[in-house]
Amino acid sequence: MTLVLDIRDLDKGFTMHHLGTKMAAFAGISFQLHAGEFLLLKGRNGAGKSTLLRTLYRSYLPGSGEILFHSSHGVIDLARAADVDVSFLRKTEVGFVTQFLTARPRVSAEALVAEPLRLSGVAAGEALEEARHWLDAFGVKRALWAAYPTTFSGGEQQKVNLARALILPQRLLLLDEPTASLDASARAALIVRLAELKAKGTAMIGVFHHPGDVAQLINREIDLTPETQSQEEREDVVV
Amino acid sequence: MTVVTLNAPQFVDTKPLLTVRNVCKSYGDVRALRDVSAAVYPGEVLGIVGESGSGKSTFLRCLNLEEVPDAGSYSLDLPDVQGNLFDLDRYARRMLCATQIGIVYQNPHLGLLMNHSSSGNVAERLLVAGERSFHVLRDKARDALDASEFPLERMDAPPIELSGGMQQRVQLAKAIALEPALLLLDEPTTGLDVSVQALVLDTLKRLQQERQITMVIVSHDLGVIQTLSDRVMVMRHGQVVEQGLVDQVFQDPQHSYTQQLVHAKL
Repeated sequence: MTLVLDIRDLDKGFTMHHLGTKMAAFAGISFQLHAGEFLLLKGRNGAGKSTLLRTLYRSYLPGSGEILFHSSHGVIDLARAADVDVSFLRKTEVGFVTQFLTARPRVSAEALVAEPLRLSGVAAGEALEEARHWLDAFGVKRALWAAYPTTFSGGEQQKVNLARALILPQRLLLLDEPTASLDASARAALIVRLAELKAKGTAMIGVFHHPGDVAQLINREIDLTPETQSQEEREDVVV
Repeated sequence: MTVVTLNAPQFVDTKPLLTVRNVCKSYGDVRALRDVSAAVYPGEVLGIVGESGSGKSTFLRCLNLEEVPDAGSYSLDLPDVQGNLFDLDRYARRMLCATQIGIVYQNPHLGLLMNHSSSGNVAERLLVAGERSFHVLRDKARDALDASEFPLERMDAPPIELSGGMQQRVQLAKAIALEPALLLLDEPTTGLDVSVQALVLDTLKRLQQERQITMVIVSHDLGVIQTLSDRVMVMRHGQVVEQGLVDQVFQDPQHSYTQQLVHAKL
């Protein structure tokens, strides 16, 4: 199996200067992740699940430890990689999926979805065609494709966001509760797309309120609740 | 503050377009810039935030070679551009600014001749760079105004007769007319109403993506910085207190001042 991520003794805390306090989010996290593997992060609220995802994406600056990412360009420690390297990898190798869309003023839904493809070098026309395909797959009404998502309902925005986040196959995909408040058909489309990406070798780490949504994709679970930190291999599906 | 040192770039092997080292500038007893260093890569957008008086606009004026600092170096990785740009004589400075550096000021009066035609304002840039053919001047000015989404039927109107948003578009057209390597933006949307602000932001974003222009943008509006920038530098009392990826600095600010700033965001 191809190693994608090798995390060694990672910790993260927050210094809150106005309170003069420090808060630990998680400590001593070590695990490996291989191509095509799906890892579920478990743990009670506040255990650091989303924090871990954001730390891996470098939206949060890690404390100590290593995040060795085996990219197609070589191995790099994301914990201390230069900002420009992180930006570069985010364009083609590391993706982050949330339930929220960052709409931009005066940018249409289809242009927003096509953008990751265009930035990775795909021709504008082809990227747009692909974008429309994914908007359709996630059930965004055709009449909305050329409209500005700023005024869309929460549900429609979320579908646009998924189309954008999943249009480009990546080596590592971080999923932060993408199914929350999603309707059944869009959820089904999401599972199909994730399964397809997984089969092509994308490694995934996810946080889900209802892990049942993605039960068939899960290979492994890690519980981040302090004291119960353990890894378990799973064969069956328990929801 | 725990200082986190990041590694040197490992995969991105292009050199920074702009490198500034240890720039210091004082006005009498006021130390406007203290040891400011920065690097911006080709196609990258660097945002600079900080309160009034933090030195961010002074820094931008240094980058535009309007201001010569007391110490420090500034280089641009471009063919035929060598050495410390702060050492250039006035003529060489003017040529470099005309051909490689575009700037949009918050106050259009600083960047435009308010009583000359808008197209003339854009063409002036081209004249400085040596263009003499009337037709070429007019065509290039028209193209630049068009790219800035300026309504061409008004291209001969002087900026004084235009709205604030339109004036910003004329400034932008003038700034990009010669396809500069570096575009500097000083509070480009401050004072514009929100719909006009959105238009200007969208134009900037589109130009940046289509032309891969390297930009440095100063704003106290964190939303504007977040929309446009890849990386952000936080300044206070003339010093850089923190810099990083824009999402990291806004979601996980390290310095106490940055935390205050982010917590104050609406």
